Amino acid sequence: MIELKEERNVYLSNFASLEKRLKEKRPAWLRAFCKDAISCFTELGFPTTRDEDWRYTSVAPIARTAFKPAVYQVNGWSPSRLADVTLGEVACTQLVFLNGHFSQELSSPGKLPEGVKAGSLASALDSDGGLLEEHLARYASYRRNAFTALNTAFVEDGAFVYLPKDAVVKEPIHLLFLSTASKDPAVCHPRNLIVAGSSAQATVIESYAGLEGGVYFTNAVTEIVTGEQSRIDHTRLQRESERAFHVATMEVSQHRDSAFASRSISIGGKLVRNDLNVLLNGEGCDCTLDGLYFAGGEQHVDNHTTIDHAKPHCSSRELYKGILDGKSTGVFNGKIIVRKDAQKTDARQTNNNLLLSEESLINTKPQLEILADDVKCTHGATIGQLDEEALFYLRTRGIGDAAARSLLTYAFASEIIGRIRIQPIQCRLDLLLSRSLSKGHETL
Amino acid sequence: MLEIKNLHASVDGSEILHGVTLKINRGEIHAVMGPNGSGKSTLAKVLAGHQGYEVTKGEVLLQGRDLFSLSPEERAREGIFLGFQYPVEIPGVSNMYFLKTALNEIRKHRGLEELDAMDFLAMVKEKMKMVNIDESLANRSVNEGFSGGEKKRNEIFQMLVLEPKLAILDETDSGLDIDALKIVANGVNSFRREDRAILLVTHYQRLLSYITPDRVHVLLDGRIVKSGGKELALELEEKGYGWLEGNAA
Repeated sequence: MIELKEERNVYLSNFASLEKRLKEKRPAWLRAFCKDAISCFTELGFPTTRDEDWRYTSVAPIARTAFKPAVYQVNGWSPSRLADVTLGEVACTQLVFLNGHFSQELSSPGKLPEGVKAGSLASALDSDGGLLEEHLARYASYRRNAFTALNTAFVEDGAFVYLPKDAVVKEPIHLLFLSTASKDPAVCHPRNLIVAGSSAQATVIESYAGLEGGVYFTNAVTEIVTGEQSRIDHTRLQRESERAFHVATMEVSQHRDSAFASRSISIGGKLVRNDLNVLLNGEGCDCTLDGLYFAGGEQHVDNHTTIDHAKPHCSSRELYKGILDGKSTGVFNGKIIVRKDAQKTDARQTNNNLLLSEESLINTKPQLEILADDVKCTHGATIGQLDEEALFYLRTRGIGDAAARSLLTYAFASEIIGRIRIQPIQCRLDLLLSRSLSKGHETL
Repeated sequence: MLEIKNLHASVDGSEILHGVTLKINRGEIHAVMGPNGSGKSTLAKVLAGHQGYEVTKGEVLLQGRDLFSLSPEERAREGIFLGFQYPVEIPGVSNMYFLKTALNEIRKHRGLEELDAMDFLAMVKEKMKMVNIDESLANRSVNEGFSGGEKKRNEIFQMLVLEPKLAILDETDSGLDIDALKIVANGVNSFRREDRAILLVTHYQRLLSYITPDRVHVLLDGRIVKSGGKELALELEEKGYGWLEGNAA
């Protein structure tokens, strides 16, 4: 633990003023959580590389910075910049958050079936207190994770999506978190809750984007509950600015026969840590986790995933792919737990990495804890460079060296991008990837 | 078209080609034959610009231009095509996208306009028929999951689309059944033209029953030990390579 008291003091004083400001708005049950969470944070402190879960990711730059709470501001998000991060022409419900605060003016309601709620968490505290009390902070534990503890202590706004029983939402729900860099480093703690009732179905996209400029820190927590037979398709798109810190925890709790699919794309940010934990807490669940991380320069991106097979007859498929260029570093840690009762578990995990430069580095580690005896579990990790023979083949057909490298790199990523069935996101990723690939080669 | 003069090349420091000299004129088909390990594939790869092979001596001129001053892609744009003995699988890159990119690079170099999608498709469809390639292969990844015969036909198909000046076909006939061999031979014969040249690198005489070469060269231990007309191929078929070994020294 980092022992510098002062670092924590900044958060403690910020917490005190937030508590004062939100006194009326926060119900008693939430206040209790917040208090508990801040004391957990004080006790835990920021993790260090001596903690096994943070061995390859130093958060010292975050701990060292005295972040101020981020305030609502539209500055810099011109319509053309916005067009680059929204879903464009696609009919959808779009909830926009500026520096963590819901923006009514930038959000646009879509078609939602009767009883479906998609709005800001802050206003849901008034209108749907009961639902929130039932679910909020019940899945993402703050007792062991300092960042979740901070997020919980500072919970103020975020997205709340609720699907009652049998609700099928056809249009995607886009949660868009925008940051503007202010003069002083600022932090926001978006808190999202997605609850799907039994047999409900929805596609949710969670995007994070920032404007270049100063330093900021996004510390997000998303909790997702999938009711019996429900299906949630979740895409996470992280495109923070190049000086941003991004720490995100996603905690998924699946009930019987539900299906959860996640695609996590990480492109931006200077220091990025994504924790994705899925608890398969009912029989017959299906869980698919796909990930793509793409880093260059001096970026660091860490993906930790845990799939906890707590019940029998569940299947999980995990494929994470990484592309690292420049002096970037990456971490993949994929934990799969198969509990004693979880017979007939079928789990597969794959992590493939492509290193485009001599100085890039990846630490990849599968972690299997299997306590049941009648299970199928496989895992595999690869680290490689571009295939020289494939490069030569392309070049003998007249395709230039740089273009051939881009093509092969893109092909590596396309397996994941192809699984995102939302057209504008696919196109944008295609563009982003090819742009940064060609940019990379100009500097070679 | 192509002039190879006293070419020496080595891999990992050991010399494979010990001075190959060969001249191919426009409109001609030459066959280079030889047993395994004689340096046939090395010759093909050196001409295409593979980085694993080091040219230690000699020169190669393509239409009077020094080939070794050009990168593999520049050679391709100048009109060299290598049909691979083992075509490479490239997952995630569609056959059509790959070929369109390649063709437009070459067209750009030749000062031609890029083909639009419709014209490209029409042209490609016609050429697919010539080598009996199923249209479903078009949208699959390059060579991925193709059978051996499909891979070889795909090489010939690419050659027909890219229309090189000099096609070097490295054992395109090996591993093919007789039907596939005929398709490949038909493809090559239809490609034959006054302003083009073809270099067939092969182990077997079989292909030469369907494609009539103008010249046949025997490559043994990195040297051309005998050259002759098409009848030389038949002689090799009959006698093998053993009788020529004395010539190698």
